[in-house]
Formats: sequence, C-alpha cells, structure tokens
Amino acid sequence: MADWPILSLTTFLPSIGALLILLVRGEEQAVARNAKVIALATSLITFLVSLAILMKFDPASAGFQLVEEHSWIPALGIQYLRGVDGISVWFVLASTFLTPICVLASWDSVEKRVKEFMMSLLLLETMLVGMFTALDFILFYIFFEGVLLPMFLMIGVWGGPGRIYAAYKFFIYTFIGSVLMLLAIVAMYLQVGTMDMRVMLDHTFDPSMQKILWLAFFAAFAVKTPMWPFHTWLPFAHVEAPTAGSVMLAGVMLKMGGYGLIRANLQMLPIGSATYTTLVFVMSVVAIIYTSLVALAQTDMKKMIAYSSVAHMGYVSMGIFSANAQGLDGAMFQMLSHTVVSAALFLCIGVVYNRLHTREIARYGGMAHNMPKYAVVFMLFMLASVGLPGTSGFVGEFLSMLGAYEANTWVGLFASTGLVFGAAYMLLLYRKLFYGKLEKADVMAMPDLNAKEIIYFAPLIAVVIMMGVYPKSFSAVYATSLDHVLAHHREALAAEGLTPPTANPASSFIPAANAETMSAHPATTETPGTEHAAEPSTPETPAEAPAQSEPKADANPDAGH
Amino acid sequence: MQPVLTDLIPALPEIFLAVAAMLLLMLGVFRGNGGARLVSGLAVVALVVTGVLLLRQDGYDVAFSGLYITDSFAVFSKLLILLGTGLSLIIAQNFIAREDMDRFEFPVLMVLATVGMMMMVSANDLLSLYVGLELQSLSLYVIASFRRDSAKSTEAGLKYFVLGALSSGMLLYGISLIYGFAGTTNFITIAQVLQAGPAPLGVIVGLVFVAAGLAFKISAVPFHMWTPDVYEGAPTPVSAFFAVAPKVAAICLFIRVLEGPFGSLLPQWRQVIEFCSVASMLVGSLAAIRQSNIKRLMAYSSIANIGYALVGVAAGTADGVQAVLIYMAIYLVMTVGTFAIIIAMRQKGKAVEEIADLAGLSKTNPMLALALAIFMFSMAGVPPAAGFFGKLLVFMAAWKAGLYPLSIIMALTSGISLFYYLKVCKVSWFDDVKEPLDRPSAGLSWVVTATALVVFPVALVIGTPVLNSAAAAAASLFH
Repeated sequence: MADWPILSLTTFLPSIGALLILLVRGEEQAVARNAKVIALATSLITFLVSLAILMKFDPASAGFQLVEEHSWIPALGIQYLRGVDGISVWFVLASTFLTPICVLASWDSVEKRVKEFMMSLLLLETMLVGMFTALDFILFYIFFEGVLLPMFLMIGVWGGPGRIYAAYKFFIYTFIGSVLMLLAIVAMYLQVGTMDMRVMLDHTFDPSMQKILWLAFFAAFAVKTPMWPFHTWLPFAHVEAPTAGSVMLAGVMLKMGGYGLIRANLQMLPIGSATYTTLVFVMSVVAIIYTSLVALAQTDMKKMIAYSSVAHMGYVSMGIFSANAQGLDGAMFQMLSHTVVSAALFLCIGVVYNRLHTREIARYGGMAHNMPKYAVVFMLFMLASVGLPGTSGFVGEFLSMLGAYEANTWVGLFASTGLVFGAAYMLLLYRKLFYGKLEKADVMAMPDLNAKEIIYFAPLIAVVIMMGVYPKSFSAVYATSLDHVLAHHREALAAEGLTPPTANPASSFIPAANAETMSAHPATTETPGTEHAAEPSTPETPAEAPAQSEPKADANPDAGH
Repeated sequence: MQPVLTDLIPALPEIFLAVAAMLLLMLGVFRGNGGARLVSGLAVVALVVTGVLLLRQDGYDVAFSGLYITDSFAVFSKLLILLGTGLSLIIAQNFIAREDMDRFEFPVLMVLATVGMMMMVSANDLLSLYVGLELQSLSLYVIASFRRDSAKSTEAGLKYFVLGALSSGMLLYGISLIYGFAGTTNFITIAQVLQAGPAPLGVIVGLVFVAAGLAFKISAVPFHMWTPDVYEGAPTPVSAFFAVAPKVAAICLFIRVLEGPFGSLLPQWRQVIEFCSVASMLVGSLAAIRQSNIKRLMAYSSIANIGYALVGVAAGTADGVQAVLIYMAIYLVMTVGTFAIIIAMRQKGKAVEEIADLAGLSKTNPMLALALAIFMFSMAGVPPAAGFFGKLLVFMAAWKAGLYPLSIIMALTSGISLFYYLKVCKVSWFDDVKEPLDRPSAGLSWVVTATALVVFPVALVIGTPVLNSAAAAAASLFH
C-alpha cells in the first residue's frame, strides 16, 4: 500500500469512471441516473484517495514528493514523471474537492446528454490533477492543453445561447497562448537536454534568453489566469458555461495560470521575473481597479462574478511578482481562497438560475424574505469575496497587498482601492438580490435551499471559515516550499548582481494578520456597511508601511538594475 | 548474368508489385467487371506482401548502375506509401460499388501509381526520379477522372493533367540544366561535384526548377492551385488517396533530392523551402476558414500540413528528416481516418459533402463524432492526440536549426487553423440534427476505429519504436 502510485491513481481514477459511464447502456432515464451515480461515486473515491496524498505529504520538505518516474519517450527526453510539492498539493486537493460538488450541483440542472456531461466532468478532473502533478514539461503541456477539450464541450454543448462564440473564444485564446509556451519549452529543452522540470528548476538560464522565455510563458499563463488585458474570454466563457463548468473554471482552471506563473516564470526564470515586475504590477493594478469598475456596471450576475475573478486574480499576480514572503504567501492563499469562494458564488448563482432561468440581477429582489437560508449562505461567500476578516478572502488579499506594498508603495496603494470597489459591487449585488420588497410572483414562488444544495454548500462554508480563522492549517503545507522558492530566487538575483527583494522570514505574518480578526463574524440579515468590510484591512496597510519603508527603495528590482 | 540478378534483389518489392498489378489487370479482363471486388481484395493482399518483402530488406544497396538505391529511409517511406494505398483501397470498396465506379481498373491503377511512388523514393538518379514520378502521375491523372460521366471529375482530371504536365516540364527543364552544368544525373556524382568546388549558377537555377516541379506534386503554395478543385471534383476515395500516398512519396523524394545530392547547397535551397513553407502555412490556414465543403477544407488543411512538414525539411538536419517522417506518418493516419468519415457521409443513400451535413452527428452516431473530433484535434495539434507530437518534433528540429521565425509562424498558424478544425467539431457536437447520416459500412467503421485509436491513445504507447525507426531512416540519409 505504501508504494502505490497514488498520484497516478488520483489522476486516472476519474478517467476510469468516465470509461465506465461510456459503457452504460439502456433507457435514457436509467442511463442518466446511472451515469450520475457512477460520477458521484468515482469523484468521491478520488477525493478520498487524494486525501491520502495530503496525509503522506511531508510539509517540512521543500522538494518534490511521492515522485513517480517511468521512461516514456527517451528519444525526446520525455518521461512519465509525477510529483507534488507544497505549491501544487493544495491544487490537487482543490480539483478533487470541487468535482463531487459539481456532480451534485449538476444532478438536476443538467437535463440533456447527462452521460456525456458526467464524462466531460470526470475527464476534466483527470486533466487538472494531471497538470498540477506533472513534473515533465511535455506531460505538463499535454494536461494543460487537455483541460481545454472537456471544457470546450461543456461550454459548447450545455452552455447558454451564446455558447458557440464563447467556446470558440475560450479555446482559441488559450490555445494560442499555450503554443507560445510550447516554443519556450522546446527552447529550454534544447538547453538542458531533458524535459524534467526538476532539472530545469535548478538550471540557470542565460539572462537574455530568460527575458524572451519569460514572455512566452507569461503569454500562456496570463491568458489562463486571466490577467488584464487578456481576460476578455473569461466573462463570455463564464456566462455561457453551465454551473458546474463555471465552478471548475473559476475554482481550478484559473489557478493553472497562477500555478504556472509561480512554477515556470518565478522559479525557473528569476531574471526574467525581475525584469518584468513593473509590467506585471501595472497589469495587476489595472486589473484590480478596472475590472472592479466593470463589475460594478454589470447587469448579469455571472458576468459580475466573472469580472470580480479577474480582479481577485490581479492580487495573485501582484503577490507572486512582488517576490517576497508576504506577497507569495498571500498569492497562494488568495488562490486557495478564491477557489472556494468563487466556486461557491457560482454555485449560489446556479441555485437561483435553476429556479428562474435568468441571470438578470433586476429580475430578482427581496429574496431574503422567502429564501432565508440561501440569503445566509450567499452573504457568507459574498463577504468572503469582499475580504471580510474571519473569512478566507481576508488573509490572501491582506498578505498580497502587504507584499506589494513592500515591493512598491504605489502598487500597494492603488491595489488597496480595489478592496473598496470590491465591497461596493458585491454589496450592491447583495442588496439588489436580497433586500427590498418581494414583489415578483415568480421570485416569490421560489423554494429555499433543498437538502442537496445544503449538502454541497456545507463543506464549502466549513472550508471558508476554517481558512479565515485558522489559516496556518493551510499555509503550513506550502510554507517550506515557498521559502525554498524565495531563497532560490534571491540567490539567482544576487548571482546576477541584482538586488533581491526584502528578506523576511516567510509565513510569519499569518498569525499576526489573523489575530484581530477572530471576533468579526458575518451577521445574518444585518446590512454591513461598505466601511465595515473594508475597514479592518485598510488602516493596517499604512501601519505596516513605516516598518518596511527602509528596504522599499531597493525592493524594486528595476531600480537596482 | 550474375550482376543483373543481384540488381534485381533490392528492387524485389517493386518488381513483385508491378507483376502483381499486371496479373490483376489480366484477371480483371478475363473476369469482366464483376471481378472488381476480387481484384480490389487481391490488390490489398499484394500490398501487404510487398510490405513484408520490404521489411526483409535491410542495409544500404545501390543497384542498376547507380540508378536505384535502397536504404532505411526508402524502406520507411515505402511502408508509409503502402499503408496509405492499402487503407485508401479499403475505404474505397463500398464507395465504388455504390457510385457506379465498380470497375477493376481502379485498384490496378492505384497499385501502378504505388509502384511509381516506390520508385520515386528509391531514385538515385534524376532519370529514375523522373520515370517513377511519371508512372505515378499518369496513373493519378486517370484515377482523378475515373468517374468519366461526371463533369466535375473529368474537370478535376483534366486540370490535374494540364498543371501536372506543366510541372513535369519544369522538372525536366531543371534536370537538363543540372545535367548541363554538373555533367551527370547521378545523385552521388552530383554530390561529389558540388562538394569539390563552388556550385555553378546553372545547377542552382536547375535546382530551383526541380524544386518548383516537386512543390507542385506536394501542392505547396504557390503551386497549390489544383489541389482544392481536384480534391473536390475527384471521387472521395480518390481524394483520400491523393491526400496521403502521393504526398508522402513526393515529400520523401523532395527530402532525398535536397539532402542527398544538393546537401551542400543548403543555404541556397533553404530560402526556397522557407518561402514555400510560410506561404503554405498561411494560405492553408487562412483560406480554409471560409470553406463549407469538407473536401475543400481538407485540401487546404493538407496544404497547411505540407507547410508544417516543409519546416522540418528546411531544417536540413537528421532531426528535421526524422520529424518530417513522423509528421507524415501521423498525417497519413489521421487523413485516411477523416476521409473514411467523409466517405461515410451519406444521407438516404446519397453522398453529401457539406460540413453542415455533419450537424448533430454526436447524437446520431456518437462514435463517429468522437473519432472525427479526435482527428480534428490531432490535425490542429492539440495534445494528447498524435498530431501534437508530430508538430512538437518539427518544432524541436526547427528550433535546433535556428529557424526561429519559421517556428513562431508555425505556432501562430496552427492557432489559426484550430479555428476551422473546431468548426467541424462544433457542427458535429453542438448543432442540432437536421438529417441523420446513414450507418457506415463495416469496412469504413473498421478503418475509422483503427485510425482513431492509433491517433489516440495507441500513439502514446508505440511512440518510441516508431521514433527510433524514423531516426534510423533519417540517419541513413546523412551517413
């Protein structure tokens, strides 16, 4: 049992489930039912198996663990090479955690071609887990691209009226970005002679080459993350995708971009990262402010959440390339938090969409009266998205902002305005949906959350609060790996004569950040003011600033260059 | 008499196939048109036997006073050609019976064309090159217009013949120039002459003409004009055959001519190849977007694919040749599979060719739709399908040879071409059924399933041995 290839098992169990579903024959009703049952069982078993990964994982070690290594195509230096480190392990868990929830969420809402839908969902899980655990670059690329296929089908077959356009845009946009990455992979392979990512991580590429390679990788991951101005595919994809598609898209697929930015751009190409830090900062800040404003103007709920995702991922890219302990820590935490929160928000939208079949915000109103349970659940996730202390959203946003502040005061300053905008549109959305008079007859007729919906919201609620009140339980897993990443990054920069960003021991900020947040807890029906949500974090940022102002000037790598 | 006999052994597979073609012709004549099915079946058997004879060949051998060469490159390419012809014959079976093409000349001509192609890739002299090429081309002209009562098919044949004759003329003119300035037509001697001193201008001009003539045969831009019309006009199994076997043969011949005798002129011919490659990639991927006829779409797709293969040729290295061989092998399998699906496109017994006719295929025939999606994604180069690995190899070879702009153009055009491959998937998966397609015959389903399985997932497993034999084949050119 100890030597089981547990990563491969987690990856391919869903595919086996998909094959089983393929074999299901019989009457349409029975087929649909059996397909759902098989999908649920497979995804639950996969989740249990993936828990074993977490149990076997040793957080104290920075290297890759549970490594599986087999020869595959030696002529091209391609191996079947898998492994996890602290950075990837949570994303594996996120994929296996969200898939059963998606199966449940699609239980009644997907009516046509259920068999194919469940197969796509399971294949998507395979591709996602495979991508996060691949240590061979070609294997990584195969899974990275493979994700597109099930998602293309999910948007195109089960999507809304504009599904064709959305599916095309989604596929072609991400494909062109990825092809450029493939060129970069080939160029790196010809330098190193193997596709082994571990070797590439240790290899120092020529600085001028790094600058080109960095751009190629950035093209792929910036589209995937997505960063402004490459985000335009996301709102379309989200609006048209079925609920489960949106959940997987926002929950895990966007994290592929963030993961890639850490793994390839920051870890393998430190000089490139230092060169383009300003570019990333500008893009991130524009994303945070601009997409928040765009979100404010949306009349479609899904579009609003989609734009808010772009803004939230802006904190991630900002945190990663501030290249200090707080920023990186914050970026990781923000990604994990966004996984749960955005997934939950899309599920929330799915709940009312299934009942009324519209996403127009104006069609709803006053739902707090007839759907109190739903109102509570929605409020919790809304506040987590805004970054209320005590929920997961706060820790990530706060830390990444702190990191950015250290790297560049202006960036930190502008980014913090995003918090206010974020609170503005989310609270506005909440007010329009839940408060006011319950006038519309069809809205009035909607039943509150049923048992199935409560079942799939419960674990999400638990995780959001757990992450908010005891973030260390999550961050401890990746702390050592991040320390290692940063140490490596500083060494590489120092070797080139560039001033490394400020040196602070990693992950020491989490308990401090969390200390005063314990008391705050979302109330159920009270209207929290805009200030209420934004307040705890904004005053803190300047408070930290004087302490960090000394190394700030050198922290900007461009200044030192 | 001893020398003549030893000469015959290297050419044994070709001789066997030529004799088999004649015997099949006789059999057809004596049995009348009723024997077409039998002749077809026996032709496939003959191709298989030829393949077995080929596999028994190993090593390097020059025969017929240096006119003819066998090496592992020739064996690899010939096996591809035989596979292409064999699969085309199998998928043609049902079609020719239904479309009143049930005549025994059809398989016989295909076998004769195959003999020509095998001679082409074994040519070690400009003369044997020309003879092989003409044997192939003359058979193809007839096959293109095989449905002689159809105006479209006749037009396709005529167009192909006129333009083909023009290209043959250019080729011959180039050959005469090379002979005039180098003093020989033998590849080995030409190589020696060119290595000995600076290349005479006449040889370079001659080489450009030869390259233009060969570019016509592989339908590289700007010599591609015939392709869409011929693909559309010719009966579908014939288009399938045109898209695979002659393409493989011509590009292998191209490689043999360029890398062999003219290897030392790499800087000169690389410009020509690079131009053709970029133009083919751009025209192939842009012009295909507006096509509504699936055969025309495949014609432009084949032009784009040839552009990608030429990137590997332009690399001018053993890696490049290996990449092209693998690329063509994968291209062959997925193209035959796609054409098998096109042949299966029948509504109430009538053949249809519009992309729109595939609407809702995933509901009426999910397996066929799945196979089509596999082929389309493979052609677009989306992993994990085999087409991705073909493109990856070409990328690697081109990058290694320093052809950076070419690789970047290749990357971007494959992004563009994704658009029309997705269109086929979109119609078959997302659109609603208008008129369901008839059930395909057993032979077609067999070919579709087998080729789809090879493209994904079998290719992931058999990758290494195929790669190794392609590497050996490529190495035999650069000994």
